[in-house]
Amino acid sequence: MTRFAVTRAIEGLIVLLLMSFVVYGLIGLMPGDPIDLMIASNPKLTTADGQRLRALYGLDRPILERYLNWLTAAVQGDFGYSRAFARPVLELVGPRLVNTLVLLITALAVALIVGLGAGLYAALHPRSWIDDLIGYLSFISISTPTFWLALLLIMLFAVVLGVLPASGMPVGADTGLAERLRHLILPVATLSLASAGGYTRYMRAAMIETLGQDFIRTARSKGASEMRIVLRHGLRNALIPVITVIALDFGALFSGALITETMFAYPGMGKAIYDAIMANDFNLALVTLLFATLTTLAGNFAADLGYAWLDPRISLAAGRAGT
Amino acid sequence: MRSRAGRLLPGGVLVLLAALALCAPIYEAAWGIDPNGVDLSQRYGQPSFTHPLGTDELGRDLVARLLRGGRVSLSVGLVAALMATAIGTVIGLLAGYFGGKLDAFLMRLTDSVIALPLLPLLIVLAAVDLTKLGVPAAIAQSEDVSLYRIVIITGLASWTTVARLVRGETLALREREFVLAAIGQGAGSLRVMFVHIFPNALTPIIVAATLSVGNVILFESVLSFLGLGIQPPIASWGNMLTHAQETIWSAPALAIYPGVLILIVVANCNLLGDRLRDSLDPRSAGR
Repeated sequence: MTRFAVTRAIEGLIVLLLMSFVVYGLIGLMPGDPIDLMIASNPKLTTADGQRLRALYGLDRPILERYLNWLTAAVQGDFGYSRAFARPVLELVGPRLVNTLVLLITALAVALIVGLGAGLYAALHPRSWIDDLIGYLSFISISTPTFWLALLLIMLFAVVLGVLPASGMPVGADTGLAERLRHLILPVATLSLASAGGYTRYMRAAMIETLGQDFIRTARSKGASEMRIVLRHGLRNALIPVITVIALDFGALFSGALITETMFAYPGMGKAIYDAIMANDFNLALVTLLFATLTTLAGNFAADLGYAWLDPRISLAAGRAGT
Repeated sequence: MRSRAGRLLPGGVLVLLAALALCAPIYEAAWGIDPNGVDLSQRYGQPSFTHPLGTDELGRDLVARLLRGGRVSLSVGLVAALMATAIGTVIGLLAGYFGGKLDAFLMRLTDSVIALPLLPLLIVLAAVDLTKLGVPAAIAQSEDVSLYRIVIITGLASWTTVARLVRGETLALREREFVLAAIGQGAGSLRVMFVHIFPNALTPIIVAATLSVGNVILFESVLSFLGLGIQPPIASWGNMLTHAQETIWSAPALAIYPGVLILIVVANCNLLGDRLRDSLDPRSAGR
């Protein structure tokens, strides 16, 4: 188990390191130039000052050298300052990461309950009208653009019914829990409805396949109760492939969170990434993107461990098996 | 719906929509409408004979914008999906045919791309300043460049499913007699991959390509919605919704039509992909 976890963690770190280089390079290609922006905002700076600043910050060096300098500082915990907020980037990331995790985990929980529940029910009653209904609804869920779903929910609950706020999660400690929860309902609904359809389809397919296997017939002929067959023999085995695909979907879940946060002005990582890129806030964009990657990789890692725990056939000492 | 014609119904819907979008110039000529013609005296116009669905926040005819937007969204979807299919097919063939370390590397790469939060990365790619890559300013700032850029970006994001499917199929085909015979006759690796394996792997490739059309259109619409995809005045279903959040209170219809069209197209691509898999692949049980 330990060896498996360590291998996976190292692989994750390598992906993160590669990502940081790619993103560092891409951020350098964004419109605008940090020194030009400095000169533009301060009329006392001349072009010659600009050259000196460039040399001072090492911006005249080749990209690999600049990246290594950035990486050295980053490893020591120095991620630079945000241009738009004039504060260290790390200070800004903390609260946003917490907000995003609240949104992601709540939405994932809701989507899993709805999706796995609906998928399980559909698999146990194949070709009934409820199965058909669940099938159509999950199809609509995977085919609807998330931002448009958010628009529809805003239209229904904020404009027509006027019962829920359309945006503006309050920031600061003085707002009550109830008010925060009220602001969370529509973002969580959007994100979980967008993901639940896919989960339903995976669950239904996996459960139907599992229930057709020989060991289920064996369990039946042994006289095991229907409850025990479905939960103990069926569900536990069907969950193995389902967890794999759900883990692969974590990246998509974060993409959905970015849209949801932007639509509802929810102060999380996704909105921070979008705003930072729009505002030429290079340091903040870089760090938020890396934290986004780290979040999805951590989700994958957790799913891998869950997968190993569910399937005793997987020999963890042998590294990655069964994929 | 179990009949052959019923199975292909989603394809019919897509062809019909594409035909409608192609008819945009005919509609514009018949009604005497310029799809990009701003008329501030006609903002938020109600449906009338001259404007069958009314006008948008700049007084442009909504039907003309929807048809033009459909041309853009559908063609971006098709071209980018073809590109994604080409990339995925090559990677899948290489990984499945050569196996070993190359396979391990390519599949780790594919898994990593699948696991990444793609949308934030696509936003960065969409924001990259092309002049810094040495593209002449005249080209980088022209209107059409947003079209090519979005095709490349969404294509780069959608090849993974194809790659995995093609690899799986290649692994199975590599051991078949006709492939072994070709190798035995001294055919080169490239010839075996593209002449012998590729045509026999077409079924999963077509299915994956169909599914990725829907996927690409979703990516295109969200990037255009965020202002990073197709740039106005060129209409796309995504950028027609950019201001929907502000107009939702006064003109909700503007937020409905483009979204419904995206949903119809994506749902039919997904349905068509599912149905093709069921009818082409005897192994899947289908419904």
